[in-house]
Amino acid sequence: MNNPAAGSQAVISNDAVSIRNARGTHEEKAAPLAGNSKVPFLTPGVWVLIALALGAVAVLAVRFTQGLGAVTNLDNNYPWGLWIAIDVASGVALAAGGFTMAFLAHIFHKNQYHVLVRPALLTAMIGYTFVALGVVVDLGRFYNIWHVMMPSMWQGNSVLFEVGICVMIYLTVLYIEFLPIVCERFIGKVNLPGFWAGLNKPLDRLLRALDAGLNKVIIFFLIAGVVLSCAHQSSLGTLMVIAPGKLHTLWYTPMMPLQFLLSAFAVGLSMVIFEGYLASRSLKREFELNVMAPLGRIIPFLLTVYFGTKLIDVVNRGAYKALGEFNLQTAMYGVEIIGGVLLPAFIFMAHRLRRQPAWLFTAAAMVVIGVVINRINVFIIGYEPQFGSGPYVPAWPEALLTIGFISIIVLIYRAAVFIFPVLPEEED
Amino acid sequence: MVSRRDFLKIAGTACGTTALSMAGVESARASESHLDHDRFGVLADFTICVGCRRCEYACSKAHDLPFGELDEYDDQAPMEEMRRPTVDDLTVINAYTPPTGHTDPLTVKVNCMHCEKPNCVSACIVGALTKDPKGPVVYDAWKCIGCRYCMIACPFQIPAYEYEKPLTPKVVKCDLCAESTLGEEKGIPACVEICPVDALTFGKREDLLEMAHLRIRNDPDRYFHKVYGEVDGGGTSWLYLSDRDFSEVDLPELGETSASEVTESIQHGIFRGFSGPAMVFGLMSVLVKSTGSIPPEKDLPASHENGHQGVDHE
Repeated sequence: MNNPAAGSQAVISNDAVSIRNARGTHEEKAAPLAGNSKVPFLTPGVWVLIALALGAVAVLAVRFTQGLGAVTNLDNNYPWGLWIAIDVASGVALAAGGFTMAFLAHIFHKNQYHVLVRPALLTAMIGYTFVALGVVVDLGRFYNIWHVMMPSMWQGNSVLFEVGICVMIYLTVLYIEFLPIVCERFIGKVNLPGFWAGLNKPLDRLLRALDAGLNKVIIFFLIAGVVLSCAHQSSLGTLMVIAPGKLHTLWYTPMMPLQFLLSAFAVGLSMVIFEGYLASRSLKREFELNVMAPLGRIIPFLLTVYFGTKLIDVVNRGAYKALGEFNLQTAMYGVEIIGGVLLPAFIFMAHRLRRQPAWLFTAAAMVVIGVVINRINVFIIGYEPQFGSGPYVPAWPEALLTIGFISIIVLIYRAAVFIFPVLPEEED
Repeated sequence: MVSRRDFLKIAGTACGTTALSMAGVESARASESHLDHDRFGVLADFTICVGCRRCEYACSKAHDLPFGELDEYDDQAPMEEMRRPTVDDLTVINAYTPPTGHTDPLTVKVNCMHCEKPNCVSACIVGALTKDPKGPVVYDAWKCIGCRYCMIACPFQIPAYEYEKPLTPKVVKCDLCAESTLGEEKGIPACVEICPVDALTFGKREDLLEMAHLRIRNDPDRYFHKVYGEVDGGGTSWLYLSDRDFSEVDLPELGETSASEVTESIQHGIFRGFSGPAMVFGLMSVLVKSTGSIPPEKDLPASHENGHQGVDHE
């Protein structure tokens, strides 16, 4: 058997102390919060989320009875809007924590990060579910979505087909990756009442068999998840390459697939810190600084490589010349690059700042917002068709649906950590 | 017991094979040109067009779209508005400043160009848009899922969408009267048929190109010396003649290849034969083994996810 201590050999020296502590934490077990939580499930904040979720339901009702035209500002010149930019493109990027943590912990064996795998997996699973739902809302003939799965209609030239089929398979993989957590929750605890009690034993046996079977094959799904993610994260960046005359020169480049993939790596890890901090505040739990800080140390390297591809590209194509003029596009480009890439990279690199949860969170939040702004820039701000009737601005129901969906994602996350062993067990 | 290495090999092969049939085969077939040598097109000579808008009328009538009385189309005012095709008007005529020494405006017909290598067809996720070997780019609403990526992809910004329909919205655009032109009767497009001044000519694309160049040669002062659509965006079935540079009548400068050549080469560069993903899969299978250092399962809270036990004994 391999030596468990070997995991810390690769540890970055500055954070050596924290890793030793982190190895301590990963001997903790994950546990459901229900019954042990310092905060109740329902708080005033949760009621606000529920209200926003209901708002989204109202928008859905109008969309599916009155059509896209009734709730969106989309038209023939601007066929894609807020839902594609945020719910789909940003959603996929922000759910990248699932595959990046699976890679670090399970494939690259950075064992200190095991404690972060389950929350990241949960976020990815819920996130991708709502990417799929967002797509369904946006599709004019949503009930034909199954066509994408029919080999007779597969269209191998379509970048969108690649994205679609990969997301569908990856979503399935994510559910499979989550199954062991469901097994762990219910093995030995199946306790159906009354008439159904007879099923308890067979169900328990089934769960144990499922768990044992999954244990043998799960590594295949973990690797497949990483491959599928790399494939569709990059293909999302290929989507706009087909519209050279429409996308602003600052963003239009055949390197977009590489840039989308690299930014997904960075934002995936940033999301783990971002949501970890928010969850710790909301649930009054300890913020796992001892693993989060070393994780934050990796991000500036990814951001630097990402920035490198952006820089080389704009210089190479001469697109930087567009920056000579101050307008909405150049301003948003500046915000994206300075606020979303350079500044957070510096904060992450500063050892003293990285050790402070508030700074670590700030840097992570800047990367998260920066990548969302990049996706908005590529799909909305930078989209300037020749016959555009002015810039597309989302209608309020579009915004309400997006906010409502995010609220539902947070609600499901909260419910899931109460029910399932996702977060590490805390001592009192 | 099957070792992990063997398992990964088997799994990887299975994955690769499935994926190959998924992306590789289909695209390999589609990348070869399938166009007929004698495919047809339409030559539109803007210098002949008088802006009578009869083609707008005939088009709407032929496609069961709302249309007014014929004399309503005598109104010249709408042509000043620089209209775009909509769900109710698949073709529109716009008016530009008259040529020097003339009082009548230059009138330009706007509709789907029926590209030789259409971006919309390349973009379509389910193959609802197809390029018929005879020329027309046709749409199958039954297949369509309504993603509107074709509208993003179209360099001419042509497809319109029925945003007001909650359940059965369609992508709407000129189909070169495919029902008639591809049908038994081998008809001609409604707009060409009604044109009173022969500004529109329907025929073999090859012949039309020859005719267009001949017109420029015979009357070099009348024409801007270029047939728009001969190579633009990879070539189009509609061919335009004008008295001025085409950028002055709002036709985009596209270069000689379709943008879909770029996306397809990226797509197939990565996914042809699924070699890219297979390589990543292989690399990570090696990584799983070589980075080692797996603590005993009981130490891990995430033990159920990692499936390491039984595989680390080497």
